[in-house]
Amino acid sequence: MNPLQLCLLASSGLFCIGLVAALARSNTILVLLGLELMLNAANLNFIAFWRYGHPGAPATGVIFVLFAIAVAAAEAAVGLALIIAISRHQRSIRLQEAVTLKG
Amino acid sequence: MTLGVEQIFLVPLLPLVAAAIGSLTPRRGRALAAGSAITAMAGALIVSCLALPGVLAETSAHQVANFDWFDLGAGAVRLGWVLDPLGLLMCLMVSFVGLLIFIFSLGYMHEDDNFTRFFCFLSLFASAMLGLLVANSLLLFFICWELVGLASYLLIGFWFHQPSAAAAAKKAFITTRIGDLGLLLGMVWLYHSTGTLLFYDHGHGVLESSALTALAAQTTIGGLAVSTAIGLLIFCGAVGKSGQFPLHVWLPDAMEGPTPVSALIHAATMVAAGVFLIARVFPLMSADLGVGNAPVHALTVVAFIGALTALMGACIAVAQNDIKRVLAFSTVSQLGYMMLALGVGSWVAAIFHLLTHAFFKALLFLGAGSVIHAAHHEQDIRRLGGLGAKMRLTFLTFVVGMMALAGVPFLFSGFWSKEAILHAAHDWNVSSLPLLMGLTGVGLTAFYMTRLVAETFRGQPRSDAAGHAHESPAVMTVPLLLLAVGSVLLGFLGTPAWPWLQSTLLGHEVERESLFAGGGLMMLSILLVAIGLGAGWALYLRRGRRSESAADPIAAAAPRTFAFLGARMKLDELYGATVIAAADALAALADFCDRRGWDGAVRFVAQLGVFTGLASRDTDEEGLNQGFNAVGERLRGAGRFYSRSQTGETHGYLLTVALAFVVIVVLVAIGGGR
Amino acid sequence: MNPAALIIIVVLLASAAVALSLRNLVRAALLLTVSWAGLAAFYLWAGAEFVAFAQVLVYVGAVSMVVLFAVLLTRPAPTDPPPPRATYGRVLGALLAGSAVGGLLCGAILGTPLPSSPGAPPALTVREIGRQLMGVHAAALLVAGVLLTVALLGAIVLAAAPGRRRSPDAP
Repeated sequence: MNPLQLCLLASSGLFCIGLVAALARSNTILVLLGLELMLNAANLNFIAFWRYGHPGAPATGVIFVLFAIAVAAAEAAVGLALIIAISRHQRSIRLQEAVTLKG
Repeated sequence: MTLGVEQIFLVPLLPLVAAAIGSLTPRRGRALAAGSAITAMAGALIVSCLALPGVLAETSAHQVANFDWFDLGAGAVRLGWVLDPLGLLMCLMVSFVGLLIFIFSLGYMHEDDNFTRFFCFLSLFASAMLGLLVANSLLLFFICWELVGLASYLLIGFWFHQPSAAAAAKKAFITTRIGDLGLLLGMVWLYHSTGTLLFYDHGHGVLESSALTALAAQTTIGGLAVSTAIGLLIFCGAVGKSGQFPLHVWLPDAMEGPTPVSALIHAATMVAAGVFLIARVFPLMSADLGVGNAPVHALTVVAFIGALTALMGACIAVAQNDIKRVLAFSTVSQLGYMMLALGVGSWVAAIFHLLTHAFFKALLFLGAGSVIHAAHHEQDIRRLGGLGAKMRLTFLTFVVGMMALAGVPFLFSGFWSKEAILHAAHDWNVSSLPLLMGLTGVGLTAFYMTRLVAETFRGQPRSDAAGHAHESPAVMTVPLLLLAVGSVLLGFLGTPAWPWLQSTLLGHEVERESLFAGGGLMMLSILLVAIGLGAGWALYLRRGRRSESAADPIAAAAPRTFAFLGARMKLDELYGATVIAAADALAALADFCDRRGWDGAVRFVAQLGVFTGLASRDTDEEGLNQGFNAVGERLRGAGRFYSRSQTGETHGYLLTVALAFVVIVVLVAIGGGR
Repeated sequence: MNPAALIIIVVLLASAAVALSLRNLVRAALLLTVSWAGLAAFYLWAGAEFVAFAQVLVYVGAVSMVVLFAVLLTRPAPTDPPPPRATYGRVLGALLAGSAVGGLLCGAILGTPLPSSPGAPPALTVREIGRQLMGVHAAALLVAGVLLTVALLGAIVLAAAPGRRRSPDAP
């Protein structure tokens, strides 16, 4: 197994942890953190390929990761603000209770 | 200044302008309407007088002024004016008598509300009548003929609020229309045969020899010469307009109109138009006399119908009780005499009688009008009487007219004109039946006129109306005087000793004879007149009617005959039972076809449309809408079903996404990684 | 493989796994911060220093703070009943999905011949990154800036306490 594969496996593991967390936890903040972990796993993937993949444009991976970090941060901020607003409305942060869009 | 044929159109034009003015004047404008009418008639008379010298200078000529009316491409429809002795003498008579009657109407219609309308119609009539006298084209003649009929309708039905007047106007129009159909057919045939409708056209007219010989030579149905057939068709128009048997039935009913109308139209002028027509186209009527083996000559038919009418009219007049009806049947009878004269070949005698008849019949009618006006519209002679003392002038002039009509010898014009007719009938070598019928009529005429004068003017007044009568104003009596003078003097224009009229009309000198050239026939007619007068005196004047309900002496002697004659020989009933019943049946049949047949078909089609609409609506509502509703319901149901999958739980969504991702990748991997 | 890298990866994964299974939110947030720091260390080991700095600054520094604040702001009141435990069904489903995805990814990674060049990390100076950002990717940079601004404002608006009522009966 070469280093690239190892890094990729690591990122996949991180991704799955994040996915399980998002699906299993009922606390909305933890669901959001699971999402953040998934995004971080993707960043790790990019850096792994940047480091070990064959050379293309030398800065593409890094630039991409930078932007991903920025956007993920913004999304985290907005998401947490939403959670605060919803929790004020329904007095709890359980995701199962936010079902007013039920069809 | 002498006027020629180019200016002769002024004669009908002036009254037409007066009619136009009259139609535009309001009801208050009495003076304007009457003034324009009388001025126009006077103007027409003056123009006719001014044209007289030109005509008398050259009496055998027919001066013409023809013009194109409209262009048909291949040819043109031409109209024109003709100026010859026949037309001009008629113009003089019509305008003079018309003028006097117009003046009489000023007094007679004075209390009527529709005074203005009356004069407008009178002017229209005068214009049309004068128009047909100067027309050189049969088409123009026909146009004026129809206008005269229209004016007659308007004037008979002048008091149209009375149902009897409205019905009489309708009857007159429809009956003359039947005759006019024959005239129209004759006109069309003539145009088809000769290509022109002008009477005189420098050798190309229908009354000129080239056309006539061609028409007489061709034969048509039954071996009749074409000229005979056309002549008989034209005669149909005259039968209608001049009240000959069998189309005379409208004339007595036409007495519903005001008396000046009866005087002008139904005594002097319009009914004479038929006689004038036959006189005008006399060359055409007599064209077949030269043909050897013709089955029937047109003039023979004319003679017999005229004779029959003369006798029949006189018979019925004996039994009538209304002044105007007596005079109406008398007119029918006298028109018969004129047709008789035409038939036996002497159109000059016919025109002579027409001219004299115009004067004395107009006089009689105006006198009757004066009586009716004075007796507040009482017209039944059984309820009159004693008016001779109260209305001297009317009585005297009426007696003059009666003598002229009866044919009192030597002094009165009617005698000389009737003599001319009887002589012509005597000289006719086809049959002497017309002569016998004419002679019988002479006696009857004297008899019934005596009866009329006796019952109306002599004896004691038999009603309040007659009791309160007084003489009419001067505006009504002066025309009576003038007409009386004319009735006497006119006869002297045509005596055998000085046949001025005959010479002028024929265009060549007629041989003068002695005054008593009539010989035995004249004596016979004088005898018959005396017998008639005597019988009348004996039955009516000597004893006189005592009261209104007393029986007429003849009725006492022969009640059924008297009743039959009094009912106008039941001809109206006969027509009603046959012709009118047939027309009613046809109308009912047409109505049935229309209502059941066509209307049913139309309604059926409409019903189909309605059914289609209903079916469409039902299909739409039940079928399509239900289908769409069902589909919509299903969709909604499906939507409701599927929206249950929206749990609102974010975890569920995420789980679904993750699993779907796995499934898709696996499928892609299995599928070959595309 | 460098043992340091292996240790970093293990720390990374373990802390993440533990962090997201804890009931106590504050401890979960703090452990997650450790995980993020481990990730930054990995970036450093891989040679992407600038990204490591960014990771530390943003995640360890800012996002974790925001998360902690959110946790503190949404604490349930003492009178509220305790939240129930997660149901077994959901946990099983989550584990199932996670393992499915994980198995898929691992299968893909191990089954694909991935050439690697274990040479030196690519030479990338900060200057070069700066030049790229301001040059080729200038538009994206601007958009990212706008996005961050909007997100900031939006977060403030969303999280703000409801304003004073204008009138007593307004909804």
